[in-house]
Amino acid sequence: MAELLEKISAVDRISNIFVANQTMVGEGLPAWVNQARTPALQAFQKMGIPSFRTENYKYSDLTRLFENENFRRSFKPDLFDVDLAEVFSCDVPEFDTHLILVANGWYDEKSTNSELFPKGVIIKSLRKAMLENADLVEAYYGKLAKSNEDPLTAINTIFAQDGVFIYIPDNVQISKPLQIINILRSEDDLFVTQRNMIIAGKNSQAKIMLCDHTLTSQQFINSNITEVKIGEDAVVDIYSIQNQHNKTASFSGIYVSQDKGSTLSTNAMTLHGGIIRNNLKISLDGEHASANISGLALSDKNQHVDNYTSIEHLKPNCVSNQLYKNILDDSSTGAFTGRIHVSPYATKTAAYQRNNNVLLTDAAKMNTKPQLVIDNDDVKCSHGATVGRINDEALFYLQARGINEKEARLMLMFAFAHEVLAEVKIDKLRDVIDQLVNKRLRGEVSRCHSCALDCIR
Amino acid sequence: MLVIKDLYAKVEGKDILKGINLTVNAGEVHAIMGPNGSGKSTLANVLAGHTNFEVTHGTATFNGKDIFEMSADVRAKEGLFLSFQYPVEIPGVSMVNFLKTAVNEHRKYRNQKELSAGDFLKLMREKKEMVQIDSQLTNRSVNEGFSGGEKKKNEIFQMAMLEPTLAILDETDSGLDIDALRIVSNGVNMLKNKNNATILVTHYQRLLDYIVPDFVHVLYEGRIVKSAGKELAIELEEKGYDWIKKEVEA
Repeated sequence: MAELLEKISAVDRISNIFVANQTMVGEGLPAWVNQARTPALQAFQKMGIPSFRTENYKYSDLTRLFENENFRRSFKPDLFDVDLAEVFSCDVPEFDTHLILVANGWYDEKSTNSELFPKGVIIKSLRKAMLENADLVEAYYGKLAKSNEDPLTAINTIFAQDGVFIYIPDNVQISKPLQIINILRSEDDLFVTQRNMIIAGKNSQAKIMLCDHTLTSQQFINSNITEVKIGEDAVVDIYSIQNQHNKTASFSGIYVSQDKGSTLSTNAMTLHGGIIRNNLKISLDGEHASANISGLALSDKNQHVDNYTSIEHLKPNCVSNQLYKNILDDSSTGAFTGRIHVSPYATKTAAYQRNNNVLLTDAAKMNTKPQLVIDNDDVKCSHGATVGRINDEALFYLQARGINEKEARLMLMFAFAHEVLAEVKIDKLRDVIDQLVNKRLRGEVSRCHSCALDCIR
Repeated sequence: MLVIKDLYAKVEGKDILKGINLTVNAGEVHAIMGPNGSGKSTLANVLAGHTNFEVTHGTATFNGKDIFEMSADVRAKEGLFLSFQYPVEIPGVSMVNFLKTAVNEHRKYRNQKELSAGDFLKLMREKKEMVQIDSQLTNRSVNEGFSGGEKKKNEIFQMAMLEPTLAILDETDSGLDIDALRIVSNGVNMLKNKNNATILVTHYQRLLDYIVPDFVHVLYEGRIVKSAGKELAIELEEKGYDWIKKEVEA
């Protein structure tokens, strides 16, 4: 008999979880949100769990992860006995941010002091916004992150219940960064779904930080999708710091549409985390829009970090610039896929891409794949990818000046990393990240020093 | 100061040095000359501790200590300095950070207090003036985008910062125009005193017009085949190396 009870497939199990909990998942949400779940479920069933065979997931086979998980889902906010804002009081001198706390995917009203937010700006739970600002949310919900294009987006849309909503009206410039802290904290293994939306009006400006942390040592799967609409001439920076423990699988997707003359800068800093896949898709939907995309991943042990970017040049005179770097130690693995598509209408496009990697051991492995699809002649495009080791001659040079091997290696790694850090435009944040990277390379516990908790273990 | 006895060394399985004997005392300047491929750069690199070179036989002591027992950074901190023939570019490592680390590593080794940022910058200004290095260069990454001449000047500048007791200058003159050569030589001469020593590794006699050696050695096929005073360099300039080769082979 036992043989007949064949293991149910991950797709079926996830589908069953949704069907069994559909009422709870959809409770209190408008019909258009819940209606998006069914096509998402169908798309997911069609595409399946991302594996080597899935387009765009060649280097990240998630079959085993999903087959083996039977984690709790947080269909309702978990109640915490602590004030997370207190736990997370950020006391880096002169690094002042508007703090937004999200716990296990749920916007934490209790810990987020909304009275301090700048006037005219809407920052609230996405759930609330779906009800109170339906016109804004509905206009973009599921339109930028399309369920039928990506299985992880589909899973997110099937289960999405809450997250952060940020709306910056036209001509409003916020100077203080908005810092979204995503906390995973659970007594049992947990699957977390979070959905965010950011709308930046015409000529608005904002800097947004996404910080991912784990506060307990349980296993987590974290699906986090953010849809971002950037209006005409708006300037938006999105910085993310991934610092979750190595039993965490983190799937993030940032889907952006940029209007005419807008500028986006992103920087993805991966310090810790078990399996990480970051999808970043940017549509340059208006002329003279520009996107500066960068990322740095420092990995060791058995970490896997996969950055996938897709830049759609749809209008003339747009610029995109990508710089991604990995430093891989032990038997960690990494991947970078950079897709650039230049449409026939996007004349005078300038699209640049660079991916440089350093392997510190023979066991570490990096896959890098540029993917350029250029459908017109009037473009400037370049791409370059390197996978190398620490330069022995440079190492000897430093040693020959009295610097010991360990320190010399660190200097060279830090120098390699620094080019990406230089892309961070908030001075204080850059200093903080500089220190985090330095500590991470030294193998010291690299948590934000403001945080009283040891998120690594 | 430096005593090399019957030194043999290999690179990639190939014997390059085949029994070098050399003694260098404080206050002396030695020139090591020789045709291409004779082992001049190998000798310089073996002494500095490059791991590509394997010592197979012989000894070398520096102030009485076995240098082959020391890693490259310890040799440097003991006072040995190699001016590289081809200084490597290190993007992302700033000159200031690099030199500050190096100087303070030396100080720590000698149980001296690390220099404060202010004192370090003061020292750097002094030395820059002394060796006439363009002050813009120290605002950049180590050797990045430097011209050939600038790289060699930078080597001498580092030498001035670290004040070694034994400086080995590996083909410091190659690729230098006459002005740069003069500046580099002035720097070396200024740093010279009765307590330190210099080994000039060079292919040409030209450098020796500016830095006058006490001894000239000819290296050929991994051995020092001739040693004499500075007049030997002039003879080599006039007659080339062929007569030496003939003498050796005879």
